[in-house]
Formats: sequence, C-alpha cells, structure tokens
Amino acid sequence: MHADPKGVLTGVHFIDGDHACCEGALAAGARFAAGYPITPSTEVVERFASRIPTVGGIFIQMEDELAASIAIQGAVWGGAKAFTVTSGPGFSLMMEHIGYAAMTETPCVFVNVQRGGPSTGLPTLPAQADMMQARWGSHGDYGVIALCPNSPQECFDLTVTGFNLAEEFRVPVMMMLDECVGHMTEKVVIPGAEKIGITPRRYTRLPPEEFRLFQPQADKVPDMLRAGDGYRFHVTGLTHDERGYPSMNVDTQDRTIRRLQDKLAPLADERALSEAEHLEDAEVVVVSYGITSRVAQRALEMARERGIRAGKFRIVSAWPFPERRIRELAGRVKALVVPELNLGQMVHEVSRAAQGRAAVIPVSHAGGSVHRPETILKAIVEAAR
Amino acid sequence: MSDATIEKATLEIPVEIPVDAINPVEPFLRMDRMPHIWCPGCGIGTTVNCFTRALLASKRNLDKVAVVSGIGCTGRVAGYARLDSFHTTHGRAIPFATGLKLANPELDVVVYSGDGDLFAIGGNHFIHAARRNMDLKVICVNNLTYAMTGGQTAPTTPGKVISATAPYGVFEPAFNLVALAEAAGAAYVARWTTYHVKQLSRAMEEILSRKGFCFIEVLSPCPTLYQRRNKMGDGLDAMKYYKQASKIRPGARPSECDLTRDGEIVVGKFVDRERPGYLELLHSQMTETLGERYAEPEVSCCGEC
Repeated sequence: MHADPKGVLTGVHFIDGDHACCEGALAAGARFAAGYPITPSTEVVERFASRIPTVGGIFIQMEDELAASIAIQGAVWGGAKAFTVTSGPGFSLMMEHIGYAAMTETPCVFVNVQRGGPSTGLPTLPAQADMMQARWGSHGDYGVIALCPNSPQECFDLTVTGFNLAEEFRVPVMMMLDECVGHMTEKVVIPGAEKIGITPRRYTRLPPEEFRLFQPQADKVPDMLRAGDGYRFHVTGLTHDERGYPSMNVDTQDRTIRRLQDKLAPLADERALSEAEHLEDAEVVVVSYGITSRVAQRALEMARERGIRAGKFRIVSAWPFPERRIRELAGRVKALVVPELNLGQMVHEVSRAAQGRAAVIPVSHAGGSVHRPETILKAIVEAAR
Repeated sequence: MSDATIEKATLEIPVEIPVDAINPVEPFLRMDRMPHIWCPGCGIGTTVNCFTRALLASKRNLDKVAVVSGIGCTGRVAGYARLDSFHTTHGRAIPFATGLKLANPELDVVVYSGDGDLFAIGGNHFIHAARRNMDLKVICVNNLTYAMTGGQTAPTTPGKVISATAPYGVFEPAFNLVALAEAAGAAYVARWTTYHVKQLSRAMEEILSRKGFCFIEVLSPCPTLYQRRNKMGDGLDAMKYYKQASKIRPGARPSECDLTRDGEIVVGKFVDRERPGYLELLHSQMTETLGERYAEPEVSCCGEC
C-alpha cells in the first residue's frame, strides 16, 4: 500500500529535522497528534498544528505529557495512526504510557528530540542520553523499537519507517532525534505518494464470536481492532490472556511477556537497520548513531588519510539492539570505538554483543555540543596502535 | 428532578431476558468474568446495574458505546461491561477517552472511575476536559477512600475520618466534586447516591444522549474499609444513612453542597447548561480562518484505503 497523497508534501524542501519528522508522520498517515510544548521538540507539533487542518485530522495540545502520551493511544484504538513528541523531561513523564502501549500492543510513535539531562538539564542543547531510558524506562519487561536519524532527510524517511514498524510489530516506536538533528536545516526530498510504502493496520477478518484480541498470529503479533465495530472487546494494562481478560497467574505472565520481546527478534537480526563503510579491510570500526555519526564521519576520513584502516558501522535501529551484527563485526576487527553524547550507554550493549572478541572503547561526552572530530580520531589512532 | 420525571423514565429492560439469568442485566455483562471482585455491601455493582438499565433505556447503539476506566475498584467496571472497554493507567482515563472520542466521534465515550483516580492523580485531566467541554460522560463512583489499596485518604475523604494513612483522623480539607466540575466548565453536573437507583439510572440515561462534558458523582459505600474503620456499620447502614441524610435539591449551588462525615447529602441535578463542545469550536474556528481549505478530520482508518 502507498501513502495517501493528502498528507504527502512531494517536492524538494530546505527544512529542519523537526519539520521533516512532522512531514514523515503526515506521509505515514498520522492523522492524530497530541503534544505538550517542550524545547527542542515543539516544532514538530507546531508544524502538525499548521498542516493538519487542511489535510484532515486532529492536533490537540494536552495539559501535560502524561495526557498526550495516553491520548494518542485512545486515538489508535479509535482507528487512528497517532504520535506524540517530546524531549527529556517530557519523555520521563511518558514512561508509564510507553509501558501501557507495550503491554496493550498499541502501535504508536513517540518522537524524542533529545537534550542534555538529567532533570531540566540543557533545554536547548543536544545529548544522546535517553537511549537506555527509551529501552528500559518503563517498569517491567517489554520490547520497543528505537530509530536514530542523523539528518533531516532521515527524519522524514525513518519517521515513515517508524510508523510502518509500529503497525507491523504493534509496539511503541521511539524516534530518537537530538537537538542538532532536530534543528539542523538541510535538503529534504519528499517523493510522490505512490513511492512511499505504507504498512496498513492489520485488522482482523474474523467475526466477533471467533476473534480473540491477543491471539498471536504466525509472526507472534495479534491482529488489531478498533472501537465501534461491534466486537465488544476489552483492553487492559493488567497481565491478560488471549481474550484480553486479566489473568493473574505465572503461566499467563510468562507466555504474554516473553512474546512482547520475542516478536521483535527479526529486527534484532536480519532486518536491523544500519549503515556501513570500509568494513572489508577495517581493523578499527567506529560504532555510532544519530548526530555523533556525522562527527565520526569526519574522524574516519582523517584516520583513512593517515593510513589507518578504519571503518564505519552506524546504528540506525538501536532497539532492538543489532546484536548479531556487532558480534560478527567484533570477530574480525581489533577494536570498536563508540562515541556518544552521554557518559556511556549504547557502548555497554556493544560490549555485551562483542563478547570480548574486540576491544570496546567508549568516547563519552556529557552533552551540550557534539564531539570534536579530533577526539574521536584520537581514540581511533590509539585503538589501531 | 420531580417524581413525575422519574416515572416517565424507562427503567424496564426492553429486551428478552434469558430464562436462567440470575440478574436481568446479565446479557450486558461479561458473565465469563464473574464473580466480580467487589466486596459485599459495595455500591459499585449497584451503579453498574443502573448504568446498564440507562444504556438500554437510552436506545443507544451499544456497538458504539465505549467505556474507559482508570485504576481502582471502580476501574474494574470496564472489564465487566460487555462493550468496547478500556482499563487504562491510574488517573488517565479522561485523556485516553479524549483521544478515542476525537479519533472516532461517532462513539459515545463513557469514563467510569473512582474518586481517587479521577480527582487526585487524574485531577488535572478532569478540569481540562471540562474546560474544553469535551464530549465525554464522566461517572465518578465516590466511596470517599482509596479502596483497592486498603482504605487510604483520598482528596474526597471528609474531615475527622480515620483512614489507613490518617490513623489520627483526616485534617486536610476535601474536594467538593460537583463544585469543582461546575467551576471547570462541565455542561451537566449531578450527584446521587447508590440509594437513589431510579434517579441515578435516569441521570445516566439523560447524559448518554446529551452533548458535552457531563459529570455524575455517585456516593457509594465502602463497608470493608471506610465504614469498618470508622464504625459506620455495613452496606445496609450506608443505605439508611443515604436515605435519612439525602436532600434532593435540583439546581442547588454546587459550592454549597460539601460532603461531611455524617451530615446532610445534597443530591440532584445542579448544572445543565449549553456550551459549545470541543469539536464544534474546532470546526467553527477552522472554517472561519481557513474557509474552503479546511478539511474535516478523517482520523479513523479502516486499513483498506
């Protein structure tokens, strides 16, 4: 299925990542957004508020992030594709509803334009310090998808992908931008609607008497419903059986909660999104994501100029973590250098996946600016020695 | 509300009841989930019975009625009603319902939850939904305590009452829910008790076919925690108290209808006013500023287009 042309602003644009993300959501078919103002993310919903009345949909500014992050889920069960947008402090407030979306398998998208933290932190400056929170922020075990664009073009492209993955796997999808990518203005090409692939919601074809709301299909994902279609279904955040009824026992808990993680296995393995360069002969590989991958690009060029066999592995889908790819890589290089705008988050995942086969070298940064390419270069040079 | 109005209301269930049904409202409950979790003497079941009768009397298409609950004893209502039903997170039934209603305006969206859920953790959402005049029907079962967690102080617990977290007596002033609802902008505000089953049923029927943010507070007994700790007897004693202490005063000023530990309970319909709803205001603002460029929201998608 391709995109509904009503939401697609086909053409060549010069816009920032926040605006491109909004256009991606519209192209993906999002017709409902709920938000609460917070720097540096607000431009996404400001644009949505301006665009949606002529496209045909709803933007509502809610009273807080708790409200925004659950209003979108009400909208999804009403039949909408929906999303919300925030940054650090708001993301913290949304954690409970990320858990609710995971537990109730509500497909929806959370855009987090990351800024320096903790607490109010650095409202106008970049960081990548919410990566672990995106994965583990809500209580309990569950799986999520997190995507890390590194340009306005990718803010468009990956937001479309994010909505599609949300529908396919019925999980909350996090768009992990950062202040730099969100506010960076570049060329963004929006193709024609017929060239944008859309994953429609997989509604059940069974009649109400045969349908069970949380009965997994072959891909471990249950078919969906919307309110008002005569199924008289029940959704709860309590541990529930296949009928959707609360079931407080160890067997149901094990069966249900394992599936919430297991259904994402294809994205952790063969379908993980990444970008690689010079891996054929690399002895040192820089593993990075988001804005840091663009700084790392310069460091890699400088390393190559000095004759160091350095390669690039850019994580695009950070969650589920591309564990197998990193393990394979670790098996054939000397070191993995991991720069990120935090004091060490994804580097722990890289370490875990590498299983000691290669040295894993963090290049941390507390946030507020990007790395200097020379800092990353220094780590590459030392790793290659 | 006069007795004549009550008589006019259809309280008979206009459908055939199965011969082996123990309760006439069985066909509208998820009987495969019985027995329910509520204690003997609890009033929540009474409110559900009234709600079911109101739904049927209102002749609404039940496929288009959705119930949204938060967390707590009353939060379990969503799980027992054989309707599209959502048991959400603590305090967030109203914003969930807001999204559901806006995405699919043909639904009648009923928020059915308790006093702690709607007015402590969810208080902010209540006042904003009332301010917006969001087309939601909010039914609050007020048992004056946090019952599910063991009888702690709620923002509705009257002064001097003993609770699990106020062992020496509550000294914080309590919220007057009907006054709060009126001040925040609700289009319809009423209070009844579980003694007033006919009036409650009628009020529920009335709001089901009424536009705008509607609020009914139902005072309901919690013999297990609230009454036991305060030596107030059982469920029957609560009914006797409601009968003796209630004064039906339609149109009373909500600000003068505070509840106390054992004083007068003013009940009735206090507010019934016309205010433009959220979707009407959205429509008029957008057509005024955008004219023909405005596209009516088409939010819900069947997945096949």
